[in-house]
Amino acid sequence: MDFQLTDEQRALQETARKYAREVIRPKAAYYDETAQFPLDLIEKGFELGLLNLAVPAEYGGLGLSHLDGVIATEELAWGCAGVATSMIANDLALLPILIGGTDEQKRRFVTPFTKELKFASFGLTEPGAGSDVAGMSTTLRREGDHYVLNGQKQFITNGEHASQYTVFATTDRSKRHKGITCVVIEGRPKGMTVGKHENKMGQRASNTVTLTFEDVRVPVENRIGEEGEGFRIAMETLDNSRPLTAIVATGIARAAMEHAIDYAKQRQQFGRPIAEFQGIQFMLADMGMQIQAARLLTYQSAWMLDQGQKNTLVSSYAKSFAADMAMKVTTDAVQVFGGYGYMKEYPVEKLMRDAKLIQIYEGTSQVQRIVIARELLR
Amino acid sequence: MKILVTAKRVEDPESKIKVKPDGTGIVQEGLKYKINPFDEIAVEEGLRLVAKHGGEVVVVSIGGKEVHEQLRHALAMGAHKAVWVNHTGPLDQMGVAGLLQKVVEKEKPDLVILGKQSIDDDQNQVGQYLAEWLGWGQATFASKAESFDSENEKNKVPALVVGADNKTVRVVREVDGGLATVECQLPAVVTTDLRLNQPRYASLPGIMKAKSKPIEELIPAGLGVDVTPKLTVTKMSAPPARKAGIKVPDVATLVEKLKTEAKVI
Amino acid sequence: MSIVLIVAEQQPDGALRKATLNALSAGKALAEKSGAELHVVVLAKDASAIANELKDHGVKAVHAGSAPHFEHYIAEAFAPAIAELAQNLHADFVGMASTSVGKDLMPRVAAKLKAAMASDVMKFEGSGTDITFTRPMWAGNVIAEVKLATPVKVFTVRTTEFPPAQKGGAPGEVKAFTPAAPGEVKTKFVDFKEVKSARPQLTEARVVVSGGRGTKGDFKEIEALADVLGAAVGASRAVVDAGWVPNDLQVGQTGKVVAPELYIAVGISGAIQHLAGMKGSKTIVAINKDPEAPIFQVADYGLVGDLFKVLPELRDAIKAAK
Repeated sequence: MDFQLTDEQRALQETARKYAREVIRPKAAYYDETAQFPLDLIEKGFELGLLNLAVPAEYGGLGLSHLDGVIATEELAWGCAGVATSMIANDLALLPILIGGTDEQKRRFVTPFTKELKFASFGLTEPGAGSDVAGMSTTLRREGDHYVLNGQKQFITNGEHASQYTVFATTDRSKRHKGITCVVIEGRPKGMTVGKHENKMGQRASNTVTLTFEDVRVPVENRIGEEGEGFRIAMETLDNSRPLTAIVATGIARAAMEHAIDYAKQRQQFGRPIAEFQGIQFMLADMGMQIQAARLLTYQSAWMLDQGQKNTLVSSYAKSFAADMAMKVTTDAVQVFGGYGYMKEYPVEKLMRDAKLIQIYEGTSQVQRIVIARELLR
Repeated sequence: MKILVTAKRVEDPESKIKVKPDGTGIVQEGLKYKINPFDEIAVEEGLRLVAKHGGEVVVVSIGGKEVHEQLRHALAMGAHKAVWVNHTGPLDQMGVAGLLQKVVEKEKPDLVILGKQSIDDDQNQVGQYLAEWLGWGQATFASKAESFDSENEKNKVPALVVGADNKTVRVVREVDGGLATVECQLPAVVTTDLRLNQPRYASLPGIMKAKSKPIEELIPAGLGVDVTPKLTVTKMSAPPARKAGIKVPDVATLVEKLKTEAKVI
Repeated sequence: MSIVLIVAEQQPDGALRKATLNALSAGKALAEKSGAELHVVVLAKDASAIANELKDHGVKAVHAGSAPHFEHYIAEAFAPAIAELAQNLHADFVGMASTSVGKDLMPRVAAKLKAAMASDVMKFEGSGTDITFTRPMWAGNVIAEVKLATPVKVFTVRTTEFPPAQKGGAPGEVKAFTPAAPGEVKTKFVDFKEVKSARPQLTEARVVVSGGRGTKGDFKEIEALADVLGAAVGASRAVVDAGWVPNDLQVGQTGKVVAPELYIAVGISGAIQHLAGMKGSKTIVAINKDPEAPIFQVADYGLVGDLFKVLPELRDAIKAAK
């Protein structure tokens, strides 16, 4: 075992941290307030190579390990979780292609993203099918050399700005998850409409929309894997992306803890800094230990992927632990700030709102526990 | 043109420096290290000049194996190759300038750009020693006049301008009360002030590319330099603690305190 | 008799740079410790005026080197003349104020003399040639005592640590000398532009004067004080919220974070949001009518009083002190 980061890992952590500190942080409150898409921040991030971290070198990426990606992403989330979510959304959309696509499809659908800044979206969730993925009602009907796509996908990150969509739909609803198939949609074909940006509680900088498909024609060569393979591809994608969402939670919590420590040292009550009161100290101590535990679980889940091991159990540990941890830590940080913490003038209430989403997206904390229990009881 | 730049490894300027209780040095535990911020500006200026005039940037650092981190950082920013003078143990500014002189004689750059000082020793000497020993001209504290954000600044000519014939460099220097412009024949030594430029980031592709860029190793004995320090630090201590705030009775006392105690006016 | 040689500095406008007098008193302190004579050297196109000015400041001798190539300061042209004089005098110590010329020139002199050098010296201790130099490291977070092992020892001094030398005692002897012409000087002076101190940017200013609710929106006195100090003007949230001054002057949690050498908070109570934006300042002065205002807890110097009376007085006192 080796807990030491390599020189390259330290270097990319440093770059991501500097970017988060100097580029994201100064504008985080603005994008939270306005819920606009932080394109200027993401452009700068793209220039620095901080997008599409999951793309292998043979398809134009940097060939980073999963652990490398996790190390960099913690810093982005420390800057602003909404921005980080928008920055890692491409990975989520490109992973199904990298997992299930042919060499030709990877060159066609993945490589262009490494050449210029473009966005891709991942479409799995539906209005009537959230945790119950297999209950999806968006359909794909084969017509010669095309499929015809009908249905609706919601809570689609970056959907308004994307030029490519990885969509999961069913070719046969009666087969439940065995009927799910993955296709790539290029651009905005006829029959596809993009809804308005959702007015979210937190992570407001990340764009979130509904996609509606009415008789949208998709060439058969855009199908990733075989018909009915979509569920496996989606689940494997989530195995890959869970460490990223877990580390987003860790980054948010670290930011909250740092703010709480600074404030506790500064804020005077009863004639001394509140950091001298044990009640505050215990809250800070709990933050530190829980953040470190979440980070190590997350590192392990990413490291397992790098070793070619199945990480479903550990990545579910990491995602659910980190999400619940971030909720607790950010809530306590608001508590340390007292009345000021509840005000938007201070940064901690935003972190609390941002953290909440991690307990919900990419498998709720409850679904993670179902996965964990299933693995344990196997 | 060929430009040699320096990359000293120093404590992260954001970290808290504490003196060991016995006064023999500073507490190293928990410290992070970075490239000296003034040197980072030197690397950036070298890269900008090379982008304009062609050529290469060679970065040099002196120290143990750990300075590879700073060399790699400069390589990730875009420097073309690195020279590592492998030396552990104490070294003073004369030792550093002596080693750099040998590296310069070996690499034969047209221009050497160094930070005006390192943020640990704060001596502000090496560039000047080096220029004298090489018999070259020097332009210290290369700078710009205004805030980076101002419109005026964006439209401004760079502080370092290489002459049309590639034989001179014109440098704007930040000095007491204003800006002095000098012109040095090349080769020359330039040292950087804080407001010369804003260094670029080491991008992730840059970091990955840096892995395969060469780092040449040299040793002081091989360069024939005696690095026995002539300057020794015999004791370190913390500065006197900040005095608790006081209330002053009148304006005269306030001005007196600001002048003689705080030394800010 | 050993010799401490201090290098005087001429400003671009031809006058003696005042920091030279601080360096002279440092030189005097060192000369007393080491039992040496204090000499001073001035290089200029015509060094006689400055030499005459310096001779009454308690020096044994003033070496006045006049030459056309000293019209504009260039390290390569000045260093050989100083090194040569130091060698001729067998000076043990060569020092100068830590001005931008001192910083540029003295290492080059030291290099010529194969001498080690200590920069920004704050104090001298010891005796004879066994002198310990006290100087700051890590931006003043560490105070180091250093020894120089070379026969000649070169230094610059932090002028704020030494008062300006006063006139008095027997006048020193003015010795004109003709420095040897330097070899080929590879650097040429192009121009010098004085930077007029327009009001600096809030986040970059060395001094910030901020006004709060106590100003009742009247910033005239704040601005006048800022002009005297070459300072930027800041404000607390309360006055920004009241619409008295523009948003971009706000110092604090949601405004600018500043860390100047001197922060003067005028009529500001010191809410924690404001403290977050200025607590990194090196010296903090608070002026407030209310002696219980929380700003006094973080201030190095507090003055209780009505700002409209205190500020004009302060402005005049600072003008006089400069």
